[in-house]
Amino acid sequence: MTGQGLSVDATVRRGGFSLAVAFEVPPGQVLGVLGPNGAGKTTLLRALAGLTPVAEGRITLGGQVVDDAADGTFLDAAHRPAGYVFQDYRLFPHLTVADNVAFSPRARGLGKAAARAAARDWLDRLGLAALAGRKPAELSGGQAQRVALARALAGDPALLLLDEPLAALDARTRLDVQAELRQHLAGFAGPCLLVTHDPLEALVLADRLLVLEDGQIVQDSTPGRVARQPATEYVAKLVGLNLYPGRADGAAVTLQAGGSFTVAGHGCHGDVLVAVRPSAVVVSTGQPHATSARNNWPAEVTGLTMLADRVRLDLYGTPPALADVTPAAVSELSLAPGSRVWLSVKATDLEVYPRDHGRPG
Amino acid sequence: MAADIIGEPARLSARDRVRRADRGGGNSRSVPAPLLVPAVVAVAFLVLPLAGLVVRAPWGHLGAALSGADAVQALVLSLWTATVTTGICLVIGVPLAWVLARISFPGQRLLRALVTLPLVLPPVVGGVALLLAFGRTGFVGRLLDDWFGLTIPFSPLAVVLAETFVAMPFLVITVEGALRSADQGFEEAAATLGASRMTTFRRVTVPLIAPSLGAGAVLCWARALGEFGATITFAGSFPGRTETMPIAVYYALENDPDAAIALSLLLLLVSVAVLASLRDRWLRGGGAVQ
Repeated sequence: MTGQGLSVDATVRRGGFSLAVAFEVPPGQVLGVLGPNGAGKTTLLRALAGLTPVAEGRITLGGQVVDDAADGTFLDAAHRPAGYVFQDYRLFPHLTVADNVAFSPRARGLGKAAARAAARDWLDRLGLAALAGRKPAELSGGQAQRVALARALAGDPALLLLDEPLAALDARTRLDVQAELRQHLAGFAGPCLLVTHDPLEALVLADRLLVLEDGQIVQDSTPGRVARQPATEYVAKLVGLNLYPGRADGAAVTLQAGGSFTVAGHGCHGDVLVAVRPSAVVVSTGQPHATSARNNWPAEVTGLTMLADRVRLDLYGTPPALADVTPAAVSELSLAPGSRVWLSVKATDLEVYPRDHGRPG
Repeated sequence: MAADIIGEPARLSARDRVRRADRGGGNSRSVPAPLLVPAVVAVAFLVLPLAGLVVRAPWGHLGAALSGADAVQALVLSLWTATVTTGICLVIGVPLAWVLARISFPGQRLLRALVTLPLVLPPVVGGVALLLAFGRTGFVGRLLDDWFGLTIPFSPLAVVLAETFVAMPFLVITVEGALRSADQGFEEAAATLGASRMTTFRRVTVPLIAPSLGAGAVLCWARALGEFGATITFAGSFPGRTETMPIAVYYALENDPDAAIALSLLLLLVSVAVLASLRDRWLRGGGAVQ
């Protein structure tokens, strides 16, 4: 059951906060951990690294119990084979890049020369050889990120933990480093957890996504599925979807926010979620009479936001919605805050799925 | 009407404007006399004696006054005892600072208070206490005498012990403060890289607090160099054995004032050097001890 990967079924307490999670990560898988601030992402990583002991339950890594609240087993950070890339990198400011990377091999018992050699190997692999003699203060953000990764990998960890590895970088560097990081993560043999609050980063880097909210797992699924069928309002916002909880009864879904949708055959009954892309919401100035769209309702424009090549409308109605239209449409329909409009969505553009979808247990 | 109440606006020259801006805005108007006068008195009180020392110094034969056998002996004794004291304080004081800063245990506050006590205790009381503990009939001294035939009081070792007792808190407090304010994230990072607490201390913590460690050591050394009360009580004043510079100054004042002044001048010079070496840490405006 536990196999060679990571297996967690534990409660971690930090101050008044409590995180209760259960999941497994097979070797070679990159598990993205997505969630708002304060959801418990960093607390989870700290528990896995051995910086915070679990209050209940156990953590198993590579078939070995590393933390078990029941029998008191606790392998502390120094003895746990986990590599940790901190959000702020935490490169030792007084050591050169080479000595930073050689730190773990030395701490784990290698001689000075052997540790240097191991460090050189990792510096070469990550294209850092030219920076070996520099101090962390002399590195750019992207370089520091790579050194932090090299330093964590040089300890030959069985588990790799990355806490928002790209958060400290500017947007331009982030894209470059993201592509690189993807390569390096693919080369890592053990389980890997990558904490992020950037959905794009999660989609690009992770094989699987765990969504944490308030110390609970609210979704555990593939990135594609999370993006298409978000389980909570938070995730829906992140991936830019309208999300409506409701009750399905045949072809009709009664929405909690008011109103109802006619949906295409989906086979769901009871509590469901309905997701709609803002670009699938059609905006008209008058009530559409001859239309193939099965869902039409009136709404009022409450806000307009310019996105890259389109305008996002905030619409108040029953139910409320976000709709994406072209700038040309905004001017032709004379849309402004206060405009009365009609919204239409085709039944086939509604993604309907059970509400407990993706929840563990 | 309103103008009457508010009064004429002051005319500021360009230079006044710059000066006010530098001082941080319009709040810094003229200094009220009830504050300015006492401040000037305080400065005069602190500076005049030092000026007197400089003026009265036997500049013509400073070398001769300093090269007396007693002066040289006292200087040598003071320098090596203060240095050995600093070494001892580093060896046992830094670990103590680490324990106070990094470990939590019952009675910690009491222990910190005890460690700080010599800072405020009259040094002569420290000397008496040392005598009662390490004296020939003291509860530790008697054992040392019985087992090793070791008698501490009135020996150079007693000088070192007296200085250590008085000076160690300076080092401990400075280093503990530095440890507390140091980013423990680096120590966590070292732990995730497989470093034991000892390795982390040696390779990460100490290098990171090195500036504070240096400052603490300098303070400790300076305090040891100036030690008088505990030393004269516990170690006495035997020229060449236990008569340190401050004690030599005290006795020289009676029979060789020129030598006393010259020695004092030397100690003043050392103090200025110590301040200069710490200027970045303690002399910056409003600088709290870090």
